[in-house]
Amino acid sequence: MEALVATAIGALTAAGVYLILRLRSFAVVLGMTMLTYAINIFLFTSGRLVINQPPILRDHSGNITGYTDPLPQALVLTAIVISFGMTAVVVMMALGAFIEGGDDYINMPEEDRNMPPLLTVEAEEESEIAGQTKGGSA
Amino acid sequence: MSPALIAMLPFIGALLPGLLIRSGRDVAAISCGTATLIALIGLLLHIPEILNGGVVTTSFSWLPQIGLAASFRVDGLGLLFGILILGIGLLIITYARFYLSRKDPVGKFYTYLMLFQGAMMGIVLSDNILLLLVFWELTSLSSFLLIGYWRHLPDGRQGARMALTVTGMGGLAMIAGMLILGQIAGSYEIGDILQAKEAIQASPWYFPALILILLGAFTKSAQFPFHFWLPHAMAAPTPVSAYLHSATMVKAGLFLMARLWPVLSGTPEWFWIVSTTGLITMLLGAFIALFKDDLKALLAFSTVSHLGLVTMLLGFGTPEAAVAAVFHIINHATFKAALFMTAGIVDHETHTRSIARLGGLRKLMPITFAIGTIAALSMAGVAPLNGFISKEMMLYEVDHLERARQVFMVIATLAATFSVAYSLRFIFHVFLGPVRDDYPHKPHDPGLGMWIGPAFLVSLVILIGLFPNTMAGWLVDASATAVTGEAQHAELALWHGVNNALIMSGIALVGGAILLSVYPAAQAIWRAGPHPEAKTMFQWLIGQTVLGARNLTNGITDGTMPRALAAFTLTSVFCGALAWSTGAVGPVTRPMLPLELVPVIGWIMLIVATGCMVAFHRYRLLALVLVGIVGLIVSVGFAYFSAPDLALTQISVEIVTVILLLLALNFLPKRTAVETTSRRRGTDAFIATLAGVGFGALAYAMMRRDVAFDSIAGYMLETSYKKGGGDNVVNVILVDFRGYDTFGEITVLGIAALVIYALTETLLQGKSSRRLRNWVRDYRRAGDRHPLMLVVATRMLLPISLVVGIYIFLRGHNEPGGGFIAGLVVAIAFLMQYMASGFGWAMDRQRVPYHAMIGAGVVAAAITGVGAWFNGRPFLTSDYGYFKLPFLEEFELATAMGFDLGVFLCVVGAVMLALNSLSRIARHAGGTVNADPMDNIDTKDMTGKEAH
Repeated sequence: MEALVATAIGALTAAGVYLILRLRSFAVVLGMTMLTYAINIFLFTSGRLVINQPPILRDHSGNITGYTDPLPQALVLTAIVISFGMTAVVVMMALGAFIEGGDDYINMPEEDRNMPPLLTVEAEEESEIAGQTKGGSA
Repeated sequence: MSPALIAMLPFIGALLPGLLIRSGRDVAAISCGTATLIALIGLLLHIPEILNGGVVTTSFSWLPQIGLAASFRVDGLGLLFGILILGIGLLIITYARFYLSRKDPVGKFYTYLMLFQGAMMGIVLSDNILLLLVFWELTSLSSFLLIGYWRHLPDGRQGARMALTVTGMGGLAMIAGMLILGQIAGSYEIGDILQAKEAIQASPWYFPALILILLGAFTKSAQFPFHFWLPHAMAAPTPVSAYLHSATMVKAGLFLMARLWPVLSGTPEWFWIVSTTGLITMLLGAFIALFKDDLKALLAFSTVSHLGLVTMLLGFGTPEAAVAAVFHIINHATFKAALFMTAGIVDHETHTRSIARLGGLRKLMPITFAIGTIAALSMAGVAPLNGFISKEMMLYEVDHLERARQVFMVIATLAATFSVAYSLRFIFHVFLGPVRDDYPHKPHDPGLGMWIGPAFLVSLVILIGLFPNTMAGWLVDASATAVTGEAQHAELALWHGVNNALIMSGIALVGGAILLSVYPAAQAIWRAGPHPEAKTMFQWLIGQTVLGARNLTNGITDGTMPRALAAFTLTSVFCGALAWSTGAVGPVTRPMLPLELVPVIGWIMLIVATGCMVAFHRYRLLALVLVGIVGLIVSVGFAYFSAPDLALTQISVEIVTVILLLLALNFLPKRTAVETTSRRRGTDAFIATLAGVGFGALAYAMMRRDVAFDSIAGYMLETSYKKGGGDNVVNVILVDFRGYDTFGEITVLGIAALVIYALTETLLQGKSSRRLRNWVRDYRRAGDRHPLMLVVATRMLLPISLVVGIYIFLRGHNEPGGGFIAGLVVAIAFLMQYMASGFGWAMDRQRVPYHAMIGAGVVAAAITGVGAWFNGRPFLTSDYGYFKLPFLEEFELATAMGFDLGVFLCVVGAVMLALNSLSRIARHAGGTVNADPMDNIDTKDMTGKEAH
């Protein structure tokens, strides 16, 4: 059984990574969803695989054998909800970029990619002086 | 007064100028001065105790887990520096009131100054090196603010940046050194570390710790080769230069060396590194100072030289040298602060600091001349002033060195000669000579407020010189005792008879005078020589570093996401593989669970769906269906592996996510064109496979082994009922054991929803709004937007779903369920109304805005948490009880229920706000609002272009 879960995690990860390497935002969102599954399952399995022993107390005798580890479950539960929030924000950003920019490419436009040339201190001073004269004339 | 309070008073004082600045400069100065004065008096009250050999300490536990305590101590060394910092601080506050002009933002100045003062007091009174590091960094930051105070001046900004870079880097090195030191000593308390000399010096980590700590001290105290920042910091207003760069901050490095002197000194490493650095710095600083034209630059390099002198003395490692070092710290602070203030007066009155344009001020500014001359003579080491005595002591120690005596003697004499020369130059070229008529501004003596401070210091210069034992002997004894860790009694005297030191001193005096008399010739030689400009080198270095970092960044991520993500993935895989191959992996301890048919079928479905997802992700609607399948199987898997709560959460989140993506697809293209080469896809698939295999293997390896350390699961299972009152341990963990965590998480969720709302608001304005208005749909809408069947069914389902939601909520503490799941279920029930009956209809019936719901949720959770305070328990401690009402079974009420209600409200609000925002965009893009949801839509609506 462990091998099944591990291969499932591997397959989901591979699919997720492949999709986040695509060029369009929707594929990246899908890829992140797949990665979320993989990671949540991975976190969950850190409590090891246990069948038919949910962490819900059957009696109050203080006997604690026969239960699975509840802690990873609690962590994953909030992780699932938070990852929904994250997906929603990313989707919204993708949508906004599409509406605002007209395409859903994940990359920056070619002309914006390189950072502006380094400002030397002298250039900084000059730009400052220019700024001051500009400010003065305005 | 408690040492902690003494250290805190300046910080309290720092708040006052900001509050009072509208009342003017005087009030700001007086309020700061009062805070400083109270702290000073508080400190002075400890003198009798400290002179009796006592140490005053207070300690508050802060983070005991990492050995951090807010502990303060006043011993002789702390007393000495405290008096310097607060005493000179008081004079500077007065002086600055008259120095700064009406146009300067004075409130800001005093706030920065007091912040700095507090940070310095923190350093010298800390009894914990971690605490000391905090204050150390704070001095770097506050001095940055002070140096760059005149931020319209490029010099000020560059000087501030350079000072911050150099001292900040040193500070970082020192953090590492201090941590090593604390590890060796087994404690971060200074009191404990001072006892651990043998352990520290025997440790193989002694040398790295020494180097790192000295880096911090040398950068702060401007020792060669880090001396270059100090002259550039002179762009600061003169009160700052006088305070930070002569009397206090630059002495922090000396303080540190003195503080750790008992444990670090005495080894050959210490001697050679510290005393050689000090010697070189002393000579170099004095030499450069002689040829500087700017009055403050001359003083700055002279300060560098004197700091080198003290460093050298500390480096000698003998108690007598430590006494001399301590005494010179006092003397230097008095005459150098006075000189800086004199330079400030000259600058203030003549509007220039260029020595070439000065001269002849003796007649015009007699008071300033008197003050400046006495202070400069003391700097030159002329009897009977205090500078003479400590310089004699320095030369005496050099003369009695066991190692490299001749070299040190020659260089020290040479440095002293330069020192005499630049001191005399300060007097002759500024004050003496003929009166000129081309000063930029007609000078005269300033008001009392400006010269009273330096005059006081100069009187100390004379008095300490004449009566060294009475005036300073007790302080020197107390602090030297603290430095060396054994009782010291210094015999301070003007006259020690004719010895080598006196002869060296005499050579220096005569040599210095001769040097000044041939100054034009010397200057010509200096001008002809090379002048390595530290600033240029520094800027070149910074520029190259930035360039290198930029090239690296551009190489990895040049604005294309896939490349950055591929680099990230490969790095992660590489690190994982490296850790796997170099680390130790325990043996397999868990047997595999046997295979069963149903899980295998589920696995096949999951693998097929995942494969199809990769193959068909270009058909976006189909991909959504596949996401749904994967999510469903994951939920079933959770249920199968004993996690009912997770299964419920996953399945409801799944629904919400698919709806969200569908709403987004309303606008996004429905298909993706093939844009990559097959080779590129092959590479990506290879990277993806690597990541998948790695992660899968890791998961497999982990699942086959038992946990390395005992899980805390046992504790939670045991106490879940006893302390949390619930049988569903997962829910008890969420709302009780890790309630703080959950509290943070619902807040994050709420913030995410608000971000989405804000983004929507932006999209509904301006350019994108116009685009939306003219949106052309790329698909045909369904003929019947609100099918009768769906409307009727959802409305009937609504109360049922709500009851289910409430049921899941209430039982959550004992059975699978709880606030998160209930919230999602209820949100889905509402969403169905939106889908079936339309946005307009649903909005009309929505009474509570979703923002308010998120807010209410967070507040409810917080109130529940705060409620515990009234029971005298920490935040979020829960309480519970069982109640019985007639006709009902016994049921439980826990305060955690209130917290869970907060979770519930927050989840409902966040999910609804997120999806609602997306619907608003759709509506903005020309969707009609039907008042009656069961209407058939107009035929013209199908084009999506009708007017609103």
